[in-house]
Amino acid sequence: MTKETREIVIPSQLLGEIKNKKAGYGTFIEKGKIYSEILGVLSADSENINVIPIRGRYNPIEGDFVIGIILEAMASSWLVDINAAYPALLHVNEVQWDVEFGETERYLNTGDTIMAKVLQVDQEKKLQITLKDRNLYKVKGGNLISVEPSKVPRIIGKKASMISLIKKYTRSRIFVGQNGRIWIEGEGQDVQKAIEIIELIQKEALSYGLTNKIEDLLKKDSKEVH
Amino acid sequence: MSITAEIKKDYIIKLAKSGKRVDNRKFDEFRKIKIETDIIKKAEGSAKVTIGNTQVIAGIKMDLGEPYPDAPDSGVMTTAAELIPMASPDFESGPPDEESIELARVVDRGIRESKIIDVDKLCIIPSEKVWMVFIDIHILDYDGNLFDTASLASLAALMTAKVPIERLKPMFENLQEKHPSIEKYLKEHPKDFPLPLSDPPISCTSAKFNGIVLMDPSLDEEQIAEARLTIATDTKGDIRAMQKGLNGSFTVDEINKVIKSSFDNGKKIREILYKSVGK
Amino acid sequence: MKTEIKLIKNGKRLDGRKNDELRPIKIEAGVLHRAEGSCYLEWGGNKVLAAVYGPREAVPRHTQNPLRAIVNARYNMAAFSVDDRKRPGPDRRSREISKVISEALENIIITEKFPRASIDVSIEILDAEAGTRCAGLTAAAVALVDAGIPMKDIPVACAAGKIEGEIVLDLGKEEDNFGDADLPIAIAPRTGEILLLQMDGHLTQKEFDKALDLAIKGCKTIAELQKKAILEKYQKNMEE
Repeated sequence: MTKETREIVIPSQLLGEIKNKKAGYGTFIEKGKIYSEILGVLSADSENINVIPIRGRYNPIEGDFVIGIILEAMASSWLVDINAAYPALLHVNEVQWDVEFGETERYLNTGDTIMAKVLQVDQEKKLQITLKDRNLYKVKGGNLISVEPSKVPRIIGKKASMISLIKKYTRSRIFVGQNGRIWIEGEGQDVQKAIEIIELIQKEALSYGLTNKIEDLLKKDSKEVH
Repeated sequence: MSITAEIKKDYIIKLAKSGKRVDNRKFDEFRKIKIETDIIKKAEGSAKVTIGNTQVIAGIKMDLGEPYPDAPDSGVMTTAAELIPMASPDFESGPPDEESIELARVVDRGIRESKIIDVDKLCIIPSEKVWMVFIDIHILDYDGNLFDTASLASLAALMTAKVPIERLKPMFENLQEKHPSIEKYLKEHPKDFPLPLSDPPISCTSAKFNGIVLMDPSLDEEQIAEARLTIATDTKGDIRAMQKGLNGSFTVDEINKVIKSSFDNGKKIREILYKSVGK
Repeated sequence: MKTEIKLIKNGKRLDGRKNDELRPIKIEAGVLHRAEGSCYLEWGGNKVLAAVYGPREAVPRHTQNPLRAIVNARYNMAAFSVDDRKRPGPDRRSREISKVISEALENIIITEKFPRASIDVSIEILDAEAGTRCAGLTAAAVALVDAGIPMKDIPVACAAGKIEGEIVLDLGKEEDNFGDADLPIAIAPRTGEILLLQMDGHLTQKEFDKALDLAIKGCKTIAELQKKAILEKYQKNMEE
């Protein structure tokens, strides 16, 4: 396993120059120099300099799978909290049901949870989401927890390796939204265990050897391996 | 306003019906309590209390003032609470709203009506000058159960407070010209002295939802609560204050159970309190 | 204000500091659970807590700026933070300080990334001993970084002043009350640009140059402490 150098950088830290590198995410350019604009982990190769955020709200990207909570049902749309800087709009044209004008509350109400996809992020950061897809729907049952959006990749793991491990050993259904919301359904103790493991990953996201540590913890209390 | 997902509320209720809480506590168990005293140098007394993730600082300031006309020989106390914006994304800056007023008044009554502060010993010149005790509660981090956290912080701050004779010497000297009795007062109280207090009652708050009653509700549990009950008990097991909140109801049986749990937890919390103030 | 206290005796200030010495400073990032970013800071006898929420949609609607985020810093002194209890609620002084701090922060936060949003900063002075606005801004800066807010620099503040004819760094309580001038400033340490500047008292131009220079030096020292506090919080997760 290759150990990538994980360096923490802070706003205003000098990272390179545009004459030899391309300024990527989390950076700004001033007088030909590339600086970090956020607290994050430096991710640089021979061509690009990026800073991966370790704090902050979810930054919506078109196509992302997100878990949203309905804030308000309006005449022909719903306002949805997706843990971003702004609430997202879900238009009646973007759901599978045939919703009459003013009838939105019959389908989704304040407090309902939905599995959705980010449809559009425009110039003014106005957000639109959609439920029009096979695996998108209104959620029933289970439990919802929140994690820092920056930790989601770690919780999912390379090629979903980490999350598959957790699902297998806790025998639970788990869906991880890119926006830091996670839905879990299973037997009481198993769900608690899954939550504990996820919180541990969140706390130690930046450390090395985490996957092995988690695997050991999961195997330890598991009575059968499927 | 932050909206809590319905499935989350349903999950808490489902767990509760099988006798469990999200953080694995028993129904009558408090989260971890931490008390630090004497943390604000400018204050006459101060304490920071943490229950779970809820953090509150209480500060005691004292000054000379006029007594109430109906209690000319007694000191004066007031309690104020600030739900400052940093404590929750839902707290707005501005004048105190009903929540912070109710919080301040309930904590105030708990201290005033149970006569924790011996206000008769706070008289300087009868009908003219008495000590004023200001209790200011600052909510820093809100994760459920502000009543007990604020109340405990106020008690710990009072129990470690010192009446500031030395800081206010100039004011006493000004008074001496018109009131020769001051000389005697200063002879009897030459230095800062601890506030005259009696054993404090300890408050315990419970929340009820779907027929289930839980003690020390976390933020999520508070958000689905239909009714809330705060009970303060003393060392003898007597009840010294009660407040029911929200628009749900309690059965008499539930109230009696809560009284018992409040007394049991009150004992444990009193021990933690005494230890932190060096008693 | 005339006084009988001698502020400088035998080349040493009342608390034993040299003219260019700062009071002890301690900074801790990420101390609150609910807030999205936070910082606890001690500076001499000052104890300050700063917290950040946002970026989030600005309310009420009419305050929204379609091109960028607005920065609302709220500076508040706790009732128990001063000798004579302060009545709770913003007074004119707090509102002015809130304004100049908001303006300083607006300069270095990359607000164009968040149109129609607000970044809300809450600064509470829990224990006060001269220089609270500098302590407040310095703590707010760390809280902003902790919240993941994009910034061009991490602002830092410090004051210099004149006492008994001498230019000194970081006025203490008596020096603030009985000195001849007080110059709090905030800078963006990377570029050295001045983001906040106030002066009250009496300074000749030469004295001002000296005081400004000293305050900037003070700021740069404190900037290192801010960075250290941030890295300390997040670096330790890596050492496993």
